[in-house]
Amino acid sequence: MTEKPKFVYVTYIRTTTQKLWEALTRPEFTRQFWYGAVPECEWKAGSPWRLMTPDGRVADAGEVLEADPPRRLVLSWRHEIMPEMKAEGFSRMTWLLEAQGDMVKLTVTHEIDRPGSKFIEAVSGGWPIILASLKSLLETGEALEATRKWPEGL
Amino acid sequence: MDEVFKALADASRRELLDRLRAENGQTLGELCVRLAMTRQAVSKHLAILEAANLVATVWRGREKLHYLNPVPIHEIAERWIGKFERSRLEALSDLKKALEARDD
Repeated sequence: MTEKPKFVYVTYIRTTTQKLWEALTRPEFTRQFWYGAVPECEWKAGSPWRLMTPDGRVADAGEVLEADPPRRLVLSWRHEIMPEMKAEGFSRMTWLLEAQGDMVKLTVTHEIDRPGSKFIEAVSGGWPIILASLKSLLETGEALEATRKWPEGL
Repeated sequence: MDEVFKALADASRRELLDRLRAENGQTLGELCVRLAMTRQAVSKHLAILEAANLVATVWRGREKLHYLNPVPIHEIAERWIGKFERSRLEALSDLKKALEARDD
């Protein structure tokens, strides 16, 4: 890691790394905790990656930079809907999954080589609720109400 | 959850969180600047915040960087706000099916 991450979010989820990896990568899970969005990707290094809105638009896109299932995934990541955020170019997002007893520690970091990035401001607001909802989904079977639908107007 | 409330029930620790909110990713040394606390006290408070998962850390070379982690606070909000919305049986049954079909 060369640049300083813009934020680091951590959640501990009572699950296995395999189940958590599937929850993060498979549409039937992501649509519940990620505002209805679904990823399209083969989850291999070099594969293109897209996050699709429920109405079929590309919300974010990039490439898989590193994939080591079910432990680590690094994506290049550019927002595609809002022009001012798209213009900021690619950020770098890392998921790290570490088993700790009966829990998995999930660490999400997001980096961009731009001071005052609007994109980072937006995702740093989005990740905590997505992660809280992911935890709720895996531990109780229900995602949070707030993350089940794509935000209106976006 | 007890750990989160205990960690927050201290003005010095809330001040450390405020400082990380103002500037994320600080080292222990940076956090000690202009604080009326010894380095040892700051270090102890950070350990309590980290144990409560309110602070996340990453290493960059030899530097340990500290980040405000708001995820547990969302989990608390869900406990008292989201709990009143528990009628999504379809989502629950979809998940149950998906998990049971794939459970090793």
